[in-house]
Order: sequence, then C-alpha cells, then structure tokens
Amino acid sequence: MATRTDPKKDVVILGLGWTGAILGMELANEGLEILALERGEDRDTVPDFQYPGVIDELKYGIRYGFMQKPSKMTLTVRHNLDQTALPYRHLGSFLPGDGVGGAGIHWNGHTWRTQDVELRLKSYVEETFGADIIPEGMQIQDWGVTQEELEPYYDRLEYMMGISGKAGNINGEIQEGGNPFESPRSREYPNPPLDNTYDAELFADAARKMGYHPFPRPAANASRAYTNEYGMQLGPCNYCGFCERFGCLNYSKASPQTCILDALKRKPNFSYKTHSEVLKIEKAADGKTATGVTYYDEKTGDEVFQPADLVLVCTFALNNVHLLLLSGIGQPYDPVTGEGVVGRNYSYQMTGGTALYFKDKNFNPFIGTGSVGMSIDDFSIGQIDFAKEGFIGGSYITGGHTGGRPIGQMSTPPGTPSWGKGWKEAAGEWYLKKMSIGSHGSNMSYRDCYLDLDPTYTDRHGRPLMRMTFNWKDNDIKMTQFMKGKIEEIAETMSPDKMASGYKKEGSEYDVRPYQSTHNVGGAIMGTDPKTSVINRYLQSWDCHNVFVMGASAYPQNTQYNPTGPLGALAYWAADAIRKDYLKDPRPLM
Amino acid sequence: MKSYLRILGALVCLGIIVLLAIIFVPPQLTKPSEQLAADWKPAPGQGEYAMRMADCAACHTAEGGKPFAGGRAIESPMGTIWATNITPDKETGIGNWSLDEFRAALVDGIAPGGEHLYPAMPYENYRNLSETDIRAMYDYFMNEVPAVNNAVEETALSFPFNQRWGIRLWNWVALGSSGFKPETDAIAKDRQLARGAYLVQGPGHCASCHSPRNLIMAEGGTSSQDDGFLSSGVIGGWAAPDLRGANAPAQTWSAADLKAYLTTGRNAHTAVAGEMALAVKDSLQYMTDEDADAMVAYLHHIAKGERLAAPSIPDQSLSAPRQLDQATDATSLKLAKGVGLSEGELLYMDNCAACHLTNGKGAAEVFPAMSDNSLVVADEKAGLIETILYGAEMPSTAKRPEKLKMPGFAERLSDKDVAALASFLRQGWGNTAGAVTEADVKAVRK
Repeated sequence: MATRTDPKKDVVILGLGWTGAILGMELANEGLEILALERGEDRDTVPDFQYPGVIDELKYGIRYGFMQKPSKMTLTVRHNLDQTALPYRHLGSFLPGDGVGGAGIHWNGHTWRTQDVELRLKSYVEETFGADIIPEGMQIQDWGVTQEELEPYYDRLEYMMGISGKAGNINGEIQEGGNPFESPRSREYPNPPLDNTYDAELFADAARKMGYHPFPRPAANASRAYTNEYGMQLGPCNYCGFCERFGCLNYSKASPQTCILDALKRKPNFSYKTHSEVLKIEKAADGKTATGVTYYDEKTGDEVFQPADLVLVCTFALNNVHLLLLSGIGQPYDPVTGEGVVGRNYSYQMTGGTALYFKDKNFNPFIGTGSVGMSIDDFSIGQIDFAKEGFIGGSYITGGHTGGRPIGQMSTPPGTPSWGKGWKEAAGEWYLKKMSIGSHGSNMSYRDCYLDLDPTYTDRHGRPLMRMTFNWKDNDIKMTQFMKGKIEEIAETMSPDKMASGYKKEGSEYDVRPYQSTHNVGGAIMGTDPKTSVINRYLQSWDCHNVFVMGASAYPQNTQYNPTGPLGALAYWAADAIRKDYLKDPRPLM
Repeated sequence: MKSYLRILGALVCLGIIVLLAIIFVPPQLTKPSEQLAADWKPAPGQGEYAMRMADCAACHTAEGGKPFAGGRAIESPMGTIWATNITPDKETGIGNWSLDEFRAALVDGIAPGGEHLYPAMPYENYRNLSETDIRAMYDYFMNEVPAVNNAVEETALSFPFNQRWGIRLWNWVALGSSGFKPETDAIAKDRQLARGAYLVQGPGHCASCHSPRNLIMAEGGTSSQDDGFLSSGVIGGWAAPDLRGANAPAQTWSAADLKAYLTTGRNAHTAVAGEMALAVKDSLQYMTDEDADAMVAYLHHIAKGERLAAPSIPDQSLSAPRQLDQATDATSLKLAKGVGLSEGELLYMDNCAACHLTNGKGAAEVFPAMSDNSLVVADEKAGLIETILYGAEMPSTAKRPEKLKMPGFAERLSDKDVAALASFLRQGWGNTAGAVTEADVKAVRK
C-alpha cells in the first residue's frame, strides 16, 4: 500500500529515455503539468560521460556501468513451454539501460526507417506470395499504421536527432549514393554522411562491383555541428570508438541529453524524479481508465501514489510489458489457446557476421563510431522472393566497424589460443588487420515466443519477475544462412587471408550469454484488432484509454532494422494523436 | 606666532566642521529625471524586464539561494562585499523603502538613512536609468518578488574602507551627471542607437566590467566620448575584453554573431565564460529582439576605426573531417601530421583536440575556437587557466537551451602540464600571446 499520495498531475511519464523525453516535450508544449518518473540515476554529459572517465571499457563496456542491474530488476528465460525458466542473472545477450536518457545514451545510433512492406508484413506476404507460405506457428501481423502516415514523424525524429546520412528516395526520385530500396522520404537527411573508414570503403567497392547498391548507414552520430528544432546542439563526432555501451563524451551522439532534456527542463510545467521505480499502474474501479501509478521512492523508501489523468508508459520494451502484466491492464497472452494479448509476439533480432583478416591492410580500428559503415539493402524484406527462398524476412548488410576497443573488439582469427603467448602474438599481428561484414536481420513472431509473469521468481519488491519464452526458429535461421551465403560471396571477392563466419545454424538455440542485440521487441503490440493487440494504432491501450504505451514493445514482429527509428517516429505520431485529438475529448481513439 | 597658531586652530576647526558636515549633513538626492503621474503603473512584465536588463539577480541572488534574497559574496580589491536582500521583506529586505529611497539607492548609491552603498552597486551606471524603468522595477520588487526573510552578512571591510563617509568624497569625484543623455547627436537622432546606448550605459552596466578602473577605482569612461569606455577591464582576475577596438571580437563579429553571443551565450566563434556567462544567463538572454539589435548596433557604432574582418571559420556545411582538410596554417598541419610535437601540442592532442579539433576552430556554437579567442590570448591569464582546470558551462538560454559543458582537467593535468598547454594555446594558430608559467597556474589552482 502506498505510504504517501502526491498532488495530482495531468500526465505521469514512466521512464525518461527517448520516448519519455519526446512525449514530455510535446505535451509540456500543450501546457500540461507533467511529472516523469525515472527509476535510475540522473545523468548528463558532464560529469557522467566526461573525458577521460567514460573511456573505461572495463567499467562501462564489460561491467555495464550504464545498464540495468539484474540484482534490482531482471527477468527469467526459457526456450519453450515445457521448461522452467531461470533468471537472467548476468547481462549478456541484451543490455537494457537505466537512468535518465535510458538506452538512448549508450546506443550506437543506427537510425533506420522501416520499409513500407514491413509495416504491413502479413498483408504483403499474403498478397504477394499467398497465405500458405506462412509457416505453422508464425504469428506475423500488420502494424495498423502505414509508411506514408509515419513519414512526417520519421522526418521530425531525424531532424530532431540530427541524423547523418544520404537519402536514397526523395518523394519517389531515386538518389545517387543513397539506399534505392528505402521507402520514399520527403527530404534529405539533416547532416551529410559520416566520413568512411577504410574497411567500409573496401566493402562498398566490392558490393558495387557485384551490382549491389551501397550507401552510408544512417547515423545518430553527428558528422558536423548541428542545432535541432528545440535549439539543442550536437558537436561533430570525433570517431573515438567508444559509442555503444558508453555515453558520448563529445556531445556528438543523439541522446535525450543532447537533443531534448535541457530544453525540456526549462519548462516550468515539467519535472522529473529519479530513483523512482514504478511498481504498478493503478486502475479505476470500473477498469476503464488508470488513476495514476504507485512507485517506490528509493531515496525515502516510501511507496508513493501519484495520481494523473494520463499515464504514458515509456520504459524499456521489456519493462513496459512487465508493468502491464503486473497492473492487469490487458488480458495476459496464453500461448496454448492463443487468447489474450499482453506478452504476445515477443521477438528479437537475428544477427550474424563474417570477419575478414588481411595481412597487407591496416584498418586503424580505433578510429570508429557507432554507426559509420556502408550498407546494402539488396537483400531486404522488400527485395526477397520469400516463396523462392523458403523464408520470410530480410536483412541489411554492413561493412565497417564501430571501434577497436582493447577488450571487446580485440578479434583474433579462428584457431588462436584464447589466452597466453599465442593469443598475444595473434592479437598483435591481427588487431589492425581485421574488418567485418555483418548481417542485421529480421525476426518473425511466433505463437510460442512470448512474455508472461514467472511463477517462481520475484523481484526485490516481491513482484513476480517477467518470464521470456523464446527460441530461434527455422524460418529465421534460413534467413540468416541465406545472408551468410551472400556475405561470404562478397567477402571472397575481397581476397582476405583468413575469414571467419558466425551465424545461427540449424539447431542453434537462443543463448543468453553472448551479446547479440538489445533489440527486444513486442509483447505490448500495436494493431487494429483488440483481440490480437494490446494498443491501438495510436499506441493507446485498448483497455484503459488514458494509458499509452510507447517503444519497441509495440512491434508485432521485429523489422530487419534497428528499432530506434520507428519507436521515435511512433512516439511523435502518438504525441500528435494525444495533442490534437485525445486531449479535447479523452476516450478510446479507435 | 600667535596669529599663526590661531590660523592653524581655525583651519583645524574648519576641517573638523567640514568632516562633520561630510559625515552628518544629508546628501542631496537626485530628483526624478522625468515627472510621471502619481498613479503611473508599469505594463505587465515591464518591471521584470527592466530588472532583467539591470541584472539585479547577478549580485543579489546567491548561488542556490532564493531570488533576490542576497548573500552573494562580491569580491572587491577592498575586501568582500555582501550583496543585500532586496526582496520586499520588511525586516531584512527593502519592504519599507519608499520609491524615493529606492531611486536614491539606484542613482545615488544612498540607502535609506543616508548610508552610502559601496560602488559594487553600479550606481555609476544606474544613474542613467530612466524614471519609467526605476518605477517599473520598484513596482516589480514591491509587488511581484516574494518576500524572503534572510538577514545577510554585514559587509565589514577593514579601515579605511569601512568609513563609508569616504564614499561621499568618491562620489563627488567619480560620478557624472544623472539621467541618460546620448553622447552624440548622431546617436540621439537614431532611435535604435539611442536605445542601444541607453541599455549599454544604463541598466546593462557593461562599463562596470568592460571599462578599466582609474586611479580612484572609478570607471574609466562612461560613454563613447571617453577613450577608456569599454576598452577592457579586469574582473576576478579575468579579462573583460575590449569591446571597441577595430580588432576586438565584438567588432569583428557580424551583427548576427554578436547578437547570438549576447542572447544565447554562444556563436560561430566562441561561447561565454566566467562572469559573462552569468550576465547572459540572468539578463541578456531575456532581451527582446529589438533591444538586442539595438545593443549590437550601438556597440558596432562606437567602434574605434574601421571594423576588421572576423577570423575565418571553416565551411560548416562540410563534415568535420572535411573541414579539417581545409586547414593550411602551420599549427593545424603540424598537429594533423603528429610528428615532433612539443609538450604543449601533445597535451592538446590528448586532452583538447577531440572537441576543439586540430584546426583550433572547434565547431560553430558548440566548441569554441582557440584561435583569436579573447579568453585564450588575454593579458590576464587567470580566465584561461581556470577554464582548463575547472571547465566551463554555457548558460541555458531560450534559443539555445543546452548547457554545453567543458569538463575541468584539474585532476588530470599538473601545473606544469597546464602551463605548457596554455602556452601552446596562446601561441598556436597565429595567436601571439605570452607564455603561461607554472607559477601562474599554481596561483589559480584552488
């Protein structure tokens, strides 16, 4: 029970990362009284990311200084319905952030738009290849929103973040040097592409010779000084190589801190509290609205009830779903009957890569940044004949590197001892001479891949942990094997001295230990049918109309791209619906 | 002999009488410069705006303290002066002050009861305040500022500076006439220039830092008719740079750059630091567009000679590495090549170049340029040294809200390192300022 009740706010925002900051800004401009609750600590470029303290790979890269602490919050994992799940006690496969800025401080900055066909994937597959190619148990859906509808919001997001890139399709006109397979955009990126590293150039040359269409990967690492619509500023990236897992020391990586927060903090009607972990969204007696949230005030030990007219759930995707399950908002999904929605369609990201070692080349890997690289989209979802290839999905492929950090990015060729003299010699010989080509692929949703409350384990507040049931499926393994073939073909034309590939293969099971990607999506998915989605196309809860759920938990299956672009665009899209429609007449918008 | 003694005695008596008169005869207070109707009321926001322009908060709000409740220490060559509580609290603030008393404090430096204020209160400049601004501020402080009961520390300077009657003598010598009059016909005839002159000379009290102090510590120049006016001063060991020389940044910058500097705390060349950051944070950022344009127009109008061109900045449309490719000067080329670097150059590469770049140009509005930077090349080295040791922060302003911060390097760099680095900065990229010594750094390190 709450030990304290605070004065009511118009809006309470749960989590002050990207979506919380965007919604905070948009609704503060409407004059609403807003309180954001953030479970972690406050963070800013100086002192938290300042040079040289943040360039500490052991502290932040290996010991996850900016990440969620499993001792405070984690989940359990199992592969299938028959297993007993065990807690994820040590971060590995995915790295949820915590603190002000959320994962928006420690991402690499890959900022993509979905392809139009991805937003209507089920319809596209059925119309183009026939419903019968969808394998048994696959549960893909349309998002309920189209690329044309989202375009202005993608545009706003990219200009807010100051994305560096090269447009490939402006209003239907294909642009030289950009991605010809992207869906039409209304204008060029706000900043020119990052300057390429040598390996990215080599890859692009090889891809071009094979008839593919390389283009610079769209990057939230500023290629030059930039000022956004809020007057917030980015400095030019210096290619320090400490991007993912680190806060940016140089004001160069788009983050809530560099793009929104100082502007938001000036608003007298906006405030935020750190060390405030929301335990539950409270529902009205009739269950049709939420009355506010109960949170744990870490500093005082109080449980506080914070009443609010509007509850915006803006935490990390997994935590969004956990909160809905704990709060009884939406019927929990049952994989046996297929009924219920909360936890439905959890999906992940299928990645793989090939390392190339060249005796006669020097890549200076320590010069790098989160998103630098040249990509091809020739094997993207919209380009592949699913019927012919026998899988549904796609991938973008990139040559380049994000850095050459001494621990995590010290790669040695296969066969090298993992320690001792042999390792040292190989590290010395190959550190400068390795490059890689990576596949970043889609992951479909399946009937038995889902999230629910764990029957065994509880957190420090006595709440059940969330349980993830997930494993790799043949469809996605076929996809990644297809990409392996394409990448190795390109790699071979580059004549490396050694090559090493790492892709999931038949029989590969999901392993939570090695890092793969923090692209956990689904579980509180969007759609147009309350029977198969938690939120409608405006990200509004079907059950409680004053609860909106932001973030990648809305994705009905994962796209082939990194999730930040769509989740940011959807945040602006939802904010517009709230501002222009909902506030005038609070009600279900669908 | 007797008559000699008598004369001497008479002189002593006269001296004592004069002294007693100085101490005890109330000074004449300046009359309002304009007769306003007794029921005159400021427009909504007018009082707050006048207060912003006069930047009362800069001194009268302590760091972390309640607005205008005083308690901020103003370091002066005579000792520490404690800013007073100017909230309408009747016991500890100015709640009992009449309008005439309020005006007397602003324009004559005289508190109720006739006590002389120390000239840390810039009444030398506030003498120029219009009666409407004084009335608007009085209304604001009496009706809009919340009263705060906060007794601040009494200023207790040592002898002879604790003899406040001496200020009366100072006032006779130092103070010009009251009431603002544009110094030339050209300025008087141009509404924009006249407004700019008023803002600079009156509420903005720019001269209190940017004009040198003369032998009696009065401002060396209060209008552009005086050569010393805004020709550089010193505050807390930092340079308050020359604003009028043909080569002064305030003159070489475009009107847009000067306006951006004043209202957002940053421009294509550099950013505010030190006391100027406070002036922007508490005062200048609130200027209306019209007033900012007027201030800029006036400052450019009072240039000494033909304004020179601003230092070039790289083509900002290019990515940063492409900008670096454009550099042709010896320092940039040497740093980029990275061979045979001096200690100072190496320290720059290891600590500074990530942001300020090898071309020393940084990035427009984000990372200040090192070349032709008035803080870097100032004769007073404390500003540069303090910035290297303890960092700097741009104030959050409406148009540029980000508090871009440079971290301090006190933990990382020794006095010797800082001296080598600062000396390099003062001599790289065509800068020609003198070297910094270890002793200079030691004097600044806290």
